[in-house]
Amino acid sequence: MRAIRVIPCLDVDAGRVVKGVNFVDIRDAGDPIELAAAYDAQGADELVFLDITASSDQRDTTVQMARSVAEQVFIPFTIGGGIRTVDDARRLLMAGADKVSVMTAAIRRPILVSEISEEFGAQCCVVAIDARRVEGRDGAFEVYTHGGRTRTGIDALQWAAEVQRLGAGEILLTSMDTDGTKDGFDIPLTAAVTSAVDIPVIASGGVGTLQHLVEGVTQGGADAVLAASIFHFGEYTVADAKRVLAANNVTVRPPH
Amino acid sequence: MSVSETPERPLLAVLDYGIGNLHSAHKGFSHVGADTRLTADRGLIRDACGVVLPGVGAFGPCMRALRERGLDEVALDRIHAGIPFFGICIGMQMLFSGSAEAPQMDGLGVFPQLVRPLADTVKRPQIQWNKLDIHREHPMLTDLGDEAWVYFVHSYAPDAGEEVIATCDYGGPVTAAVARDNVWAAQFHPEKSGATGLRILSNFVAFASDSAKVAA
Repeated sequence: MRAIRVIPCLDVDAGRVVKGVNFVDIRDAGDPIELAAAYDAQGADELVFLDITASSDQRDTTVQMARSVAEQVFIPFTIGGGIRTVDDARRLLMAGADKVSVMTAAIRRPILVSEISEEFGAQCCVVAIDARRVEGRDGAFEVYTHGGRTRTGIDALQWAAEVQRLGAGEILLTSMDTDGTKDGFDIPLTAAVTSAVDIPVIASGGVGTLQHLVEGVTQGGADAVLAASIFHFGEYTVADAKRVLAANNVTVRPPH
Repeated sequence: MSVSETPERPLLAVLDYGIGNLHSAHKGFSHVGADTRLTADRGLIRDACGVVLPGVGAFGPCMRALRERGLDEVALDRIHAGIPFFGICIGMQMLFSGSAEAPQMDGLGVFPQLVRPLADTVKRPQIQWNKLDIHREHPMLTDLGDEAWVYFVHSYAPDAGEEVIATCDYGGPVTAAVARDNVWAAQFHPEKSGATGLRILSNFVAFASDSAKVAA
């Protein structure tokens, strides 16, 4: 049986959740533990923390956050953002993160994917791919960095296959065309990447309705769906998302 | 023996053989009330009323690390002494006689079967929650509710044998939990399986605690 995972994504800056999460009566909307526990209670299958801490001397706060979350929340979580070396990955994994997600550093030095995978196992090595459509070339997608601002000249489908070959256990795929639009996933991109690789693909970017989550799975072939704002602002709970997925014949772990 | 003095917080030894993240299991058992130590200290392990063998990554490096620290013999000693013992993920696989992932390396041989790759008709690794199909009643699996969903991260699993108490369906039935006498083992990660997983950990703490009382 293949069960689709529903994954809320939280942005963290210096160990605090940012971008106004406000879905439930929480005492501290910036507390990653309280939010993680709330999403666990809603039935979240995993959590992704995206570390947007700009200053490298505050990175230790992210390690501390991983430790605190792991002590009190017992579902898997991934930390991505700013991981450049095997040592960076080690510190987060030893603190209790289940997976680390690498992006820019893997583009600069693809062997990093193999290094992390060989050292800690493919299961904890996620490669994040941010992609945009190539204008005038149907079905072509290019890898971007820096929140979709910087082109790399790398073909997204080739890169997906390459990171699988290098040892990635999973791909976190974000369309920078649909991200923030609430118009739904980029289905052609998602379908192209899920066809190009055998490892699980997490679809991300553009979710505005629960039907979008269904489309990501049934049309895009995603193994997991990631969303932020629809959950954070209380429009929908993770349990709502799972009920809609299940009603559309997508197998999910039932909410409690 | 220290456990008889503090039966409400039974001492559990999580074997520390120096690989990857062995802390999650430790944190989970602490959360459900055990006095949990991540340790390679022979005396502490001997005093514990339960021993946990966690494991992440690959069979070969885990088995090698366990041997290098002599903890393979310590584990077998505790198992043969009848002490409640819980192998998790690669820690479960190491209890078997060997793995196709590292054919040159023997396992602990507590269970006679081999560990083999998941079916090539499904994505590997299996990274997802899956529902346990419970084959027989066992203290590990009590009070899990109508449907027990747990979190799996693995590319290999042990062959079926009479010790199997639960499977999951992933390209066919996959060994999810085995048990014989004092030895419990889970292919999934109870320490990452939310409330269901914490119940399983708590079931083990109760088993360890009760066994210590009987022995005392």
